[in-house]
Amino acid sequence: MGAGHAHPLYLRGTSLLHRARPQCKIAATLLFVLAVVATPREAFWAFGLYGLLLAGLAGVAGIPPATLARRLLIELPFLAFAFFLPIVGQGERVEVLGVSLAVGGLWGAWNIVVKGTLGVMASSILAATTPVAELLGGLDRLRLPRTLTVIAAFMVRYADVIADEVRRMRIARISRGHDPRWIWQARAVAASAGTLFIRSYERGERVYLAMVSRGYSGSMPVLQELDATRAQWLAALAVPAAAALVAATAWGVRL
Amino acid sequence: MGPGPSASAPPALQVEGVAFAYPDGHQALYGVSFTVRRGERVALLGPNGAGKTTLVLQLNGVLLPGAGRVAVAGLPVASEHLREIRRRVGIVFQDPDDQLFMPTVAEDVAFGPANLGMRGAELETRVKGALAAVGMEEHADRPPHHLSFGQRRRVAVATVLAMEPEVLVLDEPSSNLDPASRRELAEIVERLDITTLMVTHDLPYALQLCPRALILNGGRITADGPTPELLADTDLLAANRLELPFGFNPAALDTR
Repeated sequence: MGAGHAHPLYLRGTSLLHRARPQCKIAATLLFVLAVVATPREAFWAFGLYGLLLAGLAGVAGIPPATLARRLLIELPFLAFAFFLPIVGQGERVEVLGVSLAVGGLWGAWNIVVKGTLGVMASSILAATTPVAELLGGLDRLRLPRTLTVIAAFMVRYADVIADEVRRMRIARISRGHDPRWIWQARAVAASAGTLFIRSYERGERVYLAMVSRGYSGSMPVLQELDATRAQWLAALAVPAAAALVAATAWGVRL
Repeated sequence: MGPGPSASAPPALQVEGVAFAYPDGHQALYGVSFTVRRGERVALLGPNGAGKTTLVLQLNGVLLPGAGRVAVAGLPVASEHLREIRRRVGIVFQDPDDQLFMPTVAEDVAFGPANLGMRGAELETRVKGALAAVGMEEHADRPPHHLSFGQRRRVAVATVLAMEPEVLVLDEPSSNLDPASRRELAEIVERLDITTLMVTHDLPYALQLCPRALILNGGRITADGPTPELLADTDLLAANRLELPFGFNPAALDTR
């Protein structure tokens, strides 16, 4: 599928990763993250190898390093928590640049930062090479309940429509002099939210009506033929298999 | 599409004495009757609140009449064969965002025929054909919300054409379209060889596309005749809250 800019995270391309079956990519990403999480935090070299592996995949997919780096920013709020661990941690302490830090806390913070970053990188690569429609099709093939994938599909489809409605309502409000600065001025915003709920509810009814008019009878037809061959599965699973090997070696070296 | 018109074939659409009241007691239709022959393009005109949308929903059995009957190409609209009725009557709703809900255009067009049990290569041919009919083939893999409003309306028409209906029902097809999109849609509708009921209060559009028109007002059919004649009757239009745009004179136009 040569879908257009199906969602902001997707980067158009024809690389090996773009062409891989979505269900294989989703499974590979999930298993890779599990392998990373299972790696002992002391094995610095293992995390280096994971990083190289992901960088290689990003290279194959043609994702510019700067783009990938920018997308990592999403984990910043989570890193704030990691930042406090060495400061408030108990037990043995070390002096770094005149600040007393807890050793246990430092290890905890490192653990969160490195595993979080690798996880976000892996999912960014998945998102950059798979349009949302295929992602949903892949989840469907992985036997996620159809109701859930259909709800997710509706969410993706109507998020823009509703966001647009919110924007128009806000512009209409401020065009009439509304300038909310204080909490007691929140009433108009709350009323807008109520109106938006009613409108979305009514739209839901109209969408359903249009679906029924096209013969919908309670179950979504399966449209995408996304069968993956054994070779496609093997190729995709080579990545988490390599990661699992690294994790196992890291444990072996430790024992 | 479908067999050619013949004397013995039942009309594409037969509505007889249809009355309907909503559960809250609001009576929307009071005995509506009309017939649309195969291959005809008919405009259903009426002011806001005339009952046009209610009438449209009777045609494919989303609402069932309290009295009277509706038949599509001879098949009565009744709960036991709603599936076939919904294949025969293709309704294009006013807001394409209500109609297009799948992640890509192609999947949306496939939704209707897939509900009829079509799969594989046959389904793909249907989807391609329907998109070609509205000139949207090259957008097949795009998500509908990235298309312009006019393109979305055309895809909405394709979603219904893919079911190869006997009757195409267009609900306010020209609403919110810019003049170019409006003309493009008119060209598409004119090219289609299919019985069409066009619900609108855009009188010039009705005159351009439909040789015959019905006027619905207050839940009753108040006029049925050639569109140019109806639009030339100022008293009739005024009585039905219909108005031609400023400076528009239907008599001065040479329609077909």
